Amino acid sequence: MSNPPDRRRAGSAWAGLARIVLRYGAMTLLALLLFGVILLISGKDPLQSYRDIFVSTLGSTYGFSEVVVAMTPLLLTALAVALPSRIGLINIGGEGQLYMGACAATWVALTFGSLPGWILLPIMVLAGMLGGAAWAWIPGMLRARGIVNETISTLLLNSVAPMIVSFFVFGYWHSPMDTNKTPNFSPSARLPTLFDTRVDLGLVLGLGLLVLFWFVMRFTRWGLEMRTLGGNPQAARLNGIPTRRYIIGVMCLAGAVAGLAGMAQVSGYYGVLLANFSRGIGFMGFLVSWLAGGSPMGIVVTSFIVAIILTGGNLLQLTRDLPYSMVNILLAMTLFVVLARPSFIRKRNAS
Amino acid sequence: MNPLALLGVLSSAVFSGTSLLYTTLGEIVGERSGIVNLGLEGVLLVSASAGFSVTYLTGNPYLGVLTAVIAGGLMNMILAYLVVSRQANQLASGLALMFFGFGLSAWIGREFVGAKIVGLPRLAVPGLYRLPQLYASLLRFDLLIYLAVPVALLIGWLLFRTRWGLGLRAVGESPDTAYASGRNPRLIRYQALWLGGMLAGAGAAHLSIAYAMNWTEYMTAGRGFIAIALAIFAKWHPVRAVAGALLFSAAVAFQLLLQSSGVQVSPFLLNTIPYVLTLVVLIAWGGRRRVAAPASLGRVYQGAE
Amino acid sequence: MGVDDRQGSDSPQPVLSVRNLSKRFVDVQANDRISLDVLPGEVHALLGENGAGKSTLVKCIYGFYHRDAGELLLDGVPAEIRSPHDARALGIGMVFQTLTLVPALSVVENIALFLADLPAVPDLNKIASDLESLGERYALTVDPWAQVRDLSIGQQQKAELLKLLVSRSRLLILDEPTRVLAPQEIRGFFKVLKHLVADGLAVILITHKLNEVLECADRITVLRQGRVTGQVARAEATEAGLVRLMFDKDLMGAPVTRRATEASSGPPVLEILQACSHGEGAETSLEQIDLVVRPGEIVGVAGVSGNGQRELGDLILGSVACVRGTKRLFGEDVTRRPVGAIRRSGVSYIPENPLAMAAIPYLTVLENMAVTQTSRYSRRGGLSIDWRAVESDAEQTWQRLGFRLPSYLPARSLSGGNLQRMVIARELSHDPRLIIASYLTRGLDVQSTLAARDALLQARDQGAGVLLISEDLEELFEYSDRMVVMHAGRIVGEFRTADVDIYEVGRLMTGSQTAYVEPS
Repeated sequence: MSNPPDRRRAGSAWAGLARIVLRYGAMTLLALLLFGVILLISGKDPLQSYRDIFVSTLGSTYGFSEVVVAMTPLLLTALAVALPSRIGLINIGGEGQLYMGACAATWVALTFGSLPGWILLPIMVLAGMLGGAAWAWIPGMLRARGIVNETISTLLLNSVAPMIVSFFVFGYWHSPMDTNKTPNFSPSARLPTLFDTRVDLGLVLGLGLLVLFWFVMRFTRWGLEMRTLGGNPQAARLNGIPTRRYIIGVMCLAGAVAGLAGMAQVSGYYGVLLANFSRGIGFMGFLVSWLAGGSPMGIVVTSFIVAIILTGGNLLQLTRDLPYSMVNILLAMTLFVVLARPSFIRKRNAS
Repeated sequence: MNPLALLGVLSSAVFSGTSLLYTTLGEIVGERSGIVNLGLEGVLLVSASAGFSVTYLTGNPYLGVLTAVIAGGLMNMILAYLVVSRQANQLASGLALMFFGFGLSAWIGREFVGAKIVGLPRLAVPGLYRLPQLYASLLRFDLLIYLAVPVALLIGWLLFRTRWGLGLRAVGESPDTAYASGRNPRLIRYQALWLGGMLAGAGAAHLSIAYAMNWTEYMTAGRGFIAIALAIFAKWHPVRAVAGALLFSAAVAFQLLLQSSGVQVSPFLLNTIPYVLTLVVLIAWGGRRRVAAPASLGRVYQGAE
Repeated sequence: MGVDDRQGSDSPQPVLSVRNLSKRFVDVQANDRISLDVLPGEVHALLGENGAGKSTLVKCIYGFYHRDAGELLLDGVPAEIRSPHDARALGIGMVFQTLTLVPALSVVENIALFLADLPAVPDLNKIASDLESLGERYALTVDPWAQVRDLSIGQQQKAELLKLLVSRSRLLILDEPTRVLAPQEIRGFFKVLKHLVADGLAVILITHKLNEVLECADRITVLRQGRVTGQVARAEATEAGLVRLMFDKDLMGAPVTRRATEASSGPPVLEILQACSHGEGAETSLEQIDLVVRPGEIVGVAGVSGNGQRELGDLILGSVACVRGTKRLFGEDVTRRPVGAIRRSGVSYIPENPLAMAAIPYLTVLENMAVTQTSRYSRRGGLSIDWRAVESDAEQTWQRLGFRLPSYLPARSLSGGNLQRMVIARELSHDPRLIIASYLTRGLDVQSTLAARDALLQARDQGAGVLLISEDLEELFEYSDRMVVMHAGRIVGEFRTADVDIYEVGRLMTGSQTAYVEPS
């Protein structure tokens, strides 16, 4: 089910980028049309709404920064899916791994909140990654031993993680005023933001990891072995590539990345751990990775486009008095269009 | 533990488990034909909001139930179109449907948040009117609850005793063999998803019209995923699903009982029981390789050339 | 050629008549003007080596393939069979080597699935009792309520036959039915055949096993390279005669030319002692394998494909566990070592299906070449790969072997022949000490074939040991110093090539037990 990209395509990397932008631009336009119909039915003016969205997102620096804020977690959760997909694994567990990372990071923040930032934050990052990795280790181990398919085990654990978080929050960590969230993190436990915006260091981490991912897959020995494993597991086995080790290792790494996303959400974006804070970021990451064919560049572009849609939805709620959740309709319709594969959108590899 | 408390747990489990049972039955039918529906959460939400709205607007809960049932079927038709006709990836399609359901249900229900309806009337279990009031009040169930087990039996009969059910199971195991026997796997999958969607709609209807009797965003609280877990736990068997639904729902109800006895168990941990149990049985099966999902579950059917 | 001309008024009308059927695949004439008759109440065996055209012939009869020329007559009437559906409608049923039952359903349900007039609410009990009575009649007893996946392969086969009988087939085509059966099940199978034909059914039995043919066939048609080489009634058939019809080569009588070899010295490269492996499902279990390969020696493995050759390669490589016995490489006990370790000690493997088993389709040729030796080419602790070294090594190997490959194209864009070349090149670089070559030249053109064989010889001359698994007896005789013959997961013969001739090997390949006698 994964779509690993051709490494040596004819044409330059820029042509490939242009192709991606063109394809997703076309599909976004079609979805905008469909969504406009829904706006009309709601009695809102679609053109005005779109103009507002554009102005509020790409039209101003602050708007643009808001888009980047929405894009940050998607970069990481998409990577958490793309990495295992290279060896043929389907990791739908980003949601759960994200929660466990947030949980671990929160524990550090609450327990050691008095430490200075330059000590506290790296520990929190580590905790976040460990939490996510541990959550992904279980499905990885089960798959490596051929006991349970990782698709279903990650799916099940997805639903367990938010409960565990809620258990801690409601039971032990909640602030005096609200039972459903922790007290605000101390300033040293907050990821620093950039340039007066709400964009936090998570963006740097996300982009950095994506670059690292690209580098490892393309140039290193492990990347070659992983691509072999993903391309032909039987051949990999016959060539002596240690399959089990890679399955467990890659799943743990993916979990760590998703856990990092969780940490960035609570430490950077929210500053507090709120029960059920993620309304599908992990799943969204799965879709982003799938849309992007697992390619790092594609993930950046796709996350950006999805972030525009999400940020625009925020605006819909504030100014047009429509529930924020409606932005999901636009998102979903865009996805439907791509999934239905009409002739003018041809995916790279037919799976 | 007095009988009243026990009865209370049972009654509570029945109430909260009915929507789970219907939804699981729907998922079982779909998965038996080879299609997993990750968007079940979205289907439930849309059906719940649609049914609730109609009930509120018309004052007729039965009309609301009907609306929810049809809404569920229609939502599943989107999945069917993508997965069967366009041969799209089942997981991605399901997730897209889930997000669609989040948004569409929010839009449908936007006017009705906090509204009050007259839900499905609750009828006493016939023959028990002589019990003291306290007991009898716990045994008043609505129509959907009464129909739940019969429907489960009906689905079981449909799957295992009819020609259509045989074809459906064959499609879920081996679409090529089903095709070779003269059947149309694509059509059968559409039919399975339609039926599955209607059942899910019934489950959603019970939630918003009979049980909670209100509408809030995300009110299904993961029931879609519990149903997916339960379908596995029940080995894709409708009758086992009845027991499983009761078991899974009793967990939370049990928590109230424990609380009254002074034992504090976090409701959240109890809520993880469905998933943990399912994972445990999967691990147990994995060692023995005896139980298997429908063989073509999740795979795209390319069709004969 | 060979058509039975007894068309007297008192001889029965053939159920099926094949007249001059021909079928060509791109560059191979799979069937060349084949004619034969199948009479009701007879078991008609179709005998021949792999690649003789038996499978193609019956697939044409069954409607899987469209024949290029010739006609099919059913009960004397010309029939248009364009699909298996048509064939079934005309009463022709086929049991393939891969069974078409649904494992998770019961036998009754599987058969009900294919019943044309199944009611909306079928009475499975009635179908089950019908099955039981059919089963009694033909000695095809199977528990109708058992789930297919719980049945042994022999019982699954019975269920498949029942499926055909329930649909009232009159002509049954069975493709190598005893290949998957245990010895005691084969007895039962013969009994079933007797019952079937006693009732007037006609059976075409595809096989390469002589003992079966002599046991239960009424008439035998022998195919070789797409043509009918002979048709005999059982009474007139002899083992020797049949072997000659199957394996007759142009070299008959002439001494086989072989390259000169030096005596191989030194400790054996590979030693397998009494090894057994366990095959799951359709795989062959290996029993009591004793095999020795010395440096500078080519050991040929003869046998009809599917008799354990692939499992042997897996066993040596370590990807299948050695349940009993020991395995030694270069003197060291490696019975429990993982594949990676065995590979690194200098073992190369050229598998029989390069695209499926050895090549990674979406990686480039160059990347494919590097995959077996990642530790050799990794630099800076794995952070980078020395592609220049890969390239130069690859080019060196290609030059040595006499061909060139496009380094930067993805492997899946290569033709089958080029893929095989790529895999050969990869496996033969870096001076392996033991080479397992499985159907090395299958599908290759003449030039590449010679180059590949030369490469093997080169490796051998440099002291490597080679295990050459092949179906091509000519190739085996020409290039191997010693030969073993595999049949049903065992090694049934071992010789120095100079001491044996093609008929002896052919006899062993087909499982014959009696001693070979020179035709007078």
